[in-house]
Amino acid sequence: MSNRIDVRKTYKLFINGQFPRSESGRVYEITSAGNFLANPAQASRKDLRDAVTAARAAQSGWAKATAYNRGQILYRIAEMLEGRASQFVDEICAVEKLTPTKAKAEVEQAIDSWVWHAGWADKIASVFGATNPVSGPYFNFTIPEPVGVVGIFAPEKQSLLGLVNSLAPVMLSGNTAVLVASQSAPLTAITFSEVLATSDLPAGVCNILTGLKDELSPWMASHMDVDAMDISGIAKKNQAQLREAGADNLKRIFAFSDKQSVARISAFLEAKTVWHTIGV
Amino acid sequence: MSAFEYAPAPESRAVVSIEPEYGLFINGKFVKGKKHFPSINPATGEKLSNITQASNADVDKAVLAARSAYQKTWSKMAPAQRAKYLYRIARILQERAREFAVLETLDNGKPIRESRDVDVPLAAAHFFYHAGWADKLQHAGFGSAPKPHGVVGQIIPWNFPLLMLAWKIAPALATGNTVVLKPAESTSLTALLFAQVCQQAELPAGVVNIVTGDGAVGAALVNHPGIDKIAFTGSTDVGKIIARSVAHSGKSLTLELGGKGANIVFEDAAIDEAVEGIVNGIFFNQGHVCCAGSRLLIQEGIHDEVVGKLKVRMAKIRVGDPMDKNTDLGAINSAEQLMKINELVDYGKKEGGEIWSPQCTLPSKGFWFAPTIFSGVTQAHRIAREEIFGPVLSILTFRTPQEAIEKANNTPFGLSAGIWSEKGSRTLWASNQLKAGVIWANTFNKFDPASPFGGYKESGWGREGGRHGLGSYIKGGDHE
Repeated sequence: MSNRIDVRKTYKLFINGQFPRSESGRVYEITSAGNFLANPAQASRKDLRDAVTAARAAQSGWAKATAYNRGQILYRIAEMLEGRASQFVDEICAVEKLTPTKAKAEVEQAIDSWVWHAGWADKIASVFGATNPVSGPYFNFTIPEPVGVVGIFAPEKQSLLGLVNSLAPVMLSGNTAVLVASQSAPLTAITFSEVLATSDLPAGVCNILTGLKDELSPWMASHMDVDAMDISGIAKKNQAQLREAGADNLKRIFAFSDKQSVARISAFLEAKTVWHTIGV
Repeated sequence: MSAFEYAPAPESRAVVSIEPEYGLFINGKFVKGKKHFPSINPATGEKLSNITQASNADVDKAVLAARSAYQKTWSKMAPAQRAKYLYRIARILQERAREFAVLETLDNGKPIRESRDVDVPLAAAHFFYHAGWADKLQHAGFGSAPKPHGVVGQIIPWNFPLLMLAWKIAPALATGNTVVLKPAESTSLTALLFAQVCQQAELPAGVVNIVTGDGAVGAALVNHPGIDKIAFTGSTDVGKIIARSVAHSGKSLTLELGGKGANIVFEDAAIDEAVEGIVNGIFFNQGHVCCAGSRLLIQEGIHDEVVGKLKVRMAKIRVGDPMDKNTDLGAINSAEQLMKINELVDYGKKEGGEIWSPQCTLPSKGFWFAPTIFSGVTQAHRIAREEIFGPVLSILTFRTPQEAIEKANNTPFGLSAGIWSEKGSRTLWASNQLKAGVIWANTFNKFDPASPFGGYKESGWGREGGRHGLGSYIKGGDHE
């Protein structure tokens, strides 16, 4: 038995529901204790643009799905995560040098957080919406809507938990996402995309890139078809320049201190107020 | 068809006394300025007063006063007491409503009917509404102990001078911030009269400070290290400049910017009502409205009927003396704005739009532009893409509801939209599809302090009014 050669996994990008290599042909090496682990893709500007195109194409359909339906798909993702738990534990142990006990705890926390978020999908309109008592014969209400396409830079540490806590609040309200994984620990993100691919999630709703943040983040910030960004995973000293670049199309750009919070949901909502006349 | 003849019904200006020169309002007192610029009545060209151009040192003093008031007084005051000052201000605005309306019309050029019936009562309502929030913020959905930012710098435009002041100052004070506000260069007078209201209300010194001047004063506020948050209403171009400046300072920022609102008339609309709504959408306040319905989208089958009726209706618009109570369309606010309107209208003609205005005699002095429509406009025309900010309507057509939505959303802006249809499910369907922060179904240009206002995309960040608007003035209220 011991002389069997492992079948290794090729870690690729996740764009529009498919697993392409980077069009640039570039990869970077991930090692564990000096030993080779994987050659994940080093995404190019073209890959990023393709991912944004896929996210834009998927956005209106995802937003139009009923909140109950989105909630069910998100819950399905949690079910698939649970089934893959041991694979995530192995990857976290190998790449992030955590003990199996700590890695297991992180994976469990990530799955539970995903479930928490799944339950929010059909609550946000009640919690963040309003009917407004205007002075006149109008029925006036405010509803939260997704902001659109959101670029996410996942935290460098806690690669799975960080990904979950930044991706789930964006997706649950009907946004679509282009997520750039932890640069030093990208393997869990790609395994996560395999979960998404088997969870009835429409293609393009979530796209996952691996690569160099310094390279990808200015491209994301200056992309005119990205509506908002979560830059929690970007070093503080590099955040201002992204905010400046993002001003070209007035991107909503946030960095969060909390891991799991309602604020991360509400930040990626737009309030739409509708005035309807009342009369016979 | 000639317009119905009306005898002139001028409002008296005796109710206002304009001083020959105004200083700055800092720490509860008027402070004499060194440099001045004239404020003129755009309807006549007459000079109304000299306004102070605040220096950087003046801005420093105002920020210091606001900081001191925040630390010593305003942040320590029980919220219920804070509320009472806002109630007082609301009441004084109501008591002095006529004075404010007349002054606003003289300074801005808008018809007295609008300043009297819209600007001033809504400004008072904003203070009254927000007064009640001051001691209920823990119930507003921003956590159990919401905190203010501290000192807020506010920069407002010239189209609704007093109303924009109210939109800015009322929520800022209700949530416990102190304020340094800069009115627009061409419309400072009602802000300076508001300073007197603060004095009458015995608002603690430094809670509201007003610095007048041009864009340099605004830039000094934006870049001032003593300011925690900037709130700006104005053009998208300036909004982007501010966003870039603020990127490096960590200041919180809300923006209410430009728009190119689509007003969609479906073939099942009540045509006469729609025509009234179209007129209100684009000619209210001379079209100096960020949420104006400046792109009219008419379903093809009713295009000729709607445009025909619109022309008949436009021939009845009374253009002229803003102080006349019969006037519908007043003066363009400044020579500069008139130039911008003319420039875009010239492009409209060059690019092949068919221009039409009713017969009307414009006054010989001041700045004027006749109500104007362009038909045969396509999405590629500049007048369909850029904000004109004047009484100029671009008319496009559509065949299917889907096409209407696509055209309406085909803009980097996302502030407002209008829908005209007698079918309830269609208005709700369309309001779902439109990417805009404020949508009016079978009405247009309605505002209320309880109703959140603000834009998607390049029309801005954050909301003003309603529960949502409070978030702009609460620390992390825009996201955490």
